[in-house]
Amino acid sequence: MDLNYTVEQIEFREEVRAWLADNVPSTPLESFDTQAGFEAHREWERTLASGNWGMVTWPTEYGGRGCDLIQWLIFEEEYYRAGAPLRVNQNGIFLLGPTLMEFGTPEQKARFLPAMASGEEIWAQGWSEPNAGSDMAAIRCRADRDGDDYVINGQKIWSTRAVYADWVFGLFRTDPSSERHRGLSKILLPLNSKGITVRPIPQLNGLPGFAEIFFDDVRVPVENVLGGEGEGWNIAMATAGFERGLMLRSPARFQQASKRLVELYRRNEGDVVDPAIEEAVLRCYMDAEAYALSTYQTASRLAAGGSIGAEASCNKIFWSELDLQIHDTALQLLGARGEIEPETNEDKAHLGNWLDGFLFAQSGPIYAGTNEIQRNIIAERVLGMPRK
Amino acid sequence: MKFTFNDEQLSFRDAIVAALEGEVTAERIRQRWETEQGIDEACVAQLRELGLNAMLVPESLGGLGLSAVDFVMIAEACGAAALPEPLVDTVLCATPLLVDVLDRGLGGSDVQNVVDGLVAGEFSVAVGHSINPYINFAATADWLLIEQSGALYLLPRKEVTLTARKSVDPSRRLKEVGFDASPRYRLAEGDAAAELSRATLNRGALGSAAQLLGLTSAIVKQSVQYTSDREQFGRAIGSNQAVKHLLADVTVQAEYARPVIQRAAYTTAVAPTRADCAVSHAKVAAVRAAELAARNGIQCHGAMGYTWECDLQIWVKRAWALAREWGDTSFHKNRIHQWLLKPEALIGPEHTFGRRSVVGVDSQSAAI
Repeated sequence: MDLNYTVEQIEFREEVRAWLADNVPSTPLESFDTQAGFEAHREWERTLASGNWGMVTWPTEYGGRGCDLIQWLIFEEEYYRAGAPLRVNQNGIFLLGPTLMEFGTPEQKARFLPAMASGEEIWAQGWSEPNAGSDMAAIRCRADRDGDDYVINGQKIWSTRAVYADWVFGLFRTDPSSERHRGLSKILLPLNSKGITVRPIPQLNGLPGFAEIFFDDVRVPVENVLGGEGEGWNIAMATAGFERGLMLRSPARFQQASKRLVELYRRNEGDVVDPAIEEAVLRCYMDAEAYALSTYQTASRLAAGGSIGAEASCNKIFWSELDLQIHDTALQLLGARGEIEPETNEDKAHLGNWLDGFLFAQSGPIYAGTNEIQRNIIAERVLGMPRK
Repeated sequence: MKFTFNDEQLSFRDAIVAALEGEVTAERIRQRWETEQGIDEACVAQLRELGLNAMLVPESLGGLGLSAVDFVMIAEACGAAALPEPLVDTVLCATPLLVDVLDRGLGGSDVQNVVDGLVAGEFSVAVGHSINPYINFAATADWLLIEQSGALYLLPRKEVTLTARKSVDPSRRLKEVGFDASPRYRLAEGDAAAELSRATLNRGALGSAAQLLGLTSAIVKQSVQYTSDREQFGRAIGSNQAVKHLLADVTVQAEYARPVIQRAAYTTAVAPTRADCAVSHAKVAAVRAAELAARNGIQCHGAMGYTWECDLQIWVKRAWALAREWGDTSFHKNRIHQWLLKPEALIGPEHTFGRRSVVGVDSQSAAI
């Protein structure tokens, strides 16, 4: 055990820090769930790519730097420390990217990964359907083989980023006679394909962060299947592993938020006198720290040839509930003004973006598999409790 | 950066786990409860043979020269076994404290003799500290090493008076200890004693935290077994989501306490002067997991969980007791809180590792 950074890791941190200091926009970008904000975030992805920072863990031929996971954690720490924009292409770089790397053909990797790392193609995800939420094996959206194409008919819902994104990846039923988790395939297709209708769904903050996608005889070439026909379920499970596991929510995000919370607490401008506030602040600080330590441990284990296991399900519960706790506590510290949406510069200085984060935190225990589903997975697969 | 254990550390842990499984059973723990001294001599002899007492003693003094990182998983295993004997306090508190005393040239020939006796497995030493009102297994110790009112003492047992106090955990043998705090038995005072006292408290709290983590896992394991076997409404009660989630919640807490405890072991080993926050975090996280395990474990066992007959009580009572030794959660939360309020405290994502505390100087970096 050696919990010190190497000289190379320290130099890497300095390089990231210096580049971000020169390049991070001085004023925050508008939300990427608006047209203008989306384009501004795409432009930021291009800027990142110009410095080869699009996805540092990828091989250089795909626009990466061949970094290991410890370097990725260092990159993320500096990224959040610098207050850099959120990654508009997180569906691509954090979820689809690792799956493509593992299951994609050389042609698919060359076709999709560089454009993903550079922000030229921004991805939406298409898992859920009106009757397939937590029960994802109930997917009905069909992709019927017709010559060298599939013809897709059906509907997806809660598709994150689908309103402005360029491409979507999702799970479709390629064997019409199949049931449950058999006969599903993972297919990638452009959102401007003929026969696609995207209907935006406003989220709690009023912005269309997700959408319904309707497919009406949409033709997709067979080479857009990832990992082979009928392999969709296994591949989706791998993607879900990345999503719940290491990549989607790096600890730096919560450490930076808990740092801002501690600063808010030190100021305590809301004159909060509830004695429970100390406990809440402490717990946020400690849990963000614990999440970071756990991630470093997982990264070290992976580097030593181990694999991601049960902690992927624990992860999801831990960070999503931590995020809620951080924002609950922050709003408490803002006192009676906690309900105010910041409009003026003075508002922003006092209220920060806590309310916005509070709204978003409500979704954490729901997306990427609800926390109730995660608890079932822990009980059944980690602890071995009876299914029925 | 390498947050993993090496093969030697893992196989040493496995050997101890196997020995504990063979020697420490619920039946033999209950036999200890019936005796005044509370010790299973055969078990003590078995553990002595493994050389655990000398683990953290430098090789120059006849020990194995290992560190808290090497020991932390063994302490966890002692917790999982609900081992009644104070092995963790001996290894993590008594021997390192005596070695520190020797390093500083404090104390006389007694100290050297006691260290030799500990290494050889001939003596046992109980540790008293002002954070703990009582001393566990004081009546069976050959020597008592006591920090009190800013000074450190080493006394043979015959020089102290003992008054028994009963713990909620029948495995413990607590004594209120009275002694003549005269210079005759004093090893250190002033700054030297304060530093030794603080280091001992941190090692003690680390040991409690690791044991609490082991207790947590053991309680979950027993509860999974019970809820898988016990049927109601024609099916195992553990097939109900409400029951599953009780144990999943404990698992999440334990999963995130473990790296915190292991980091605390590392900091205690390589940079003891800035281990306060790491150790306090470890103790708070471990208590949170263990107290939830105790509550949910009893709930999973239904009325059986509320009986003397059910072995679960061995583990949950130990969790309740260890939660309070070497600083309760109020003490440890307050230590972190005081630090967190300081404007110069280094927090934020870039400070997970390295120089965190505002106290002390950087020590040599080290791989252990």
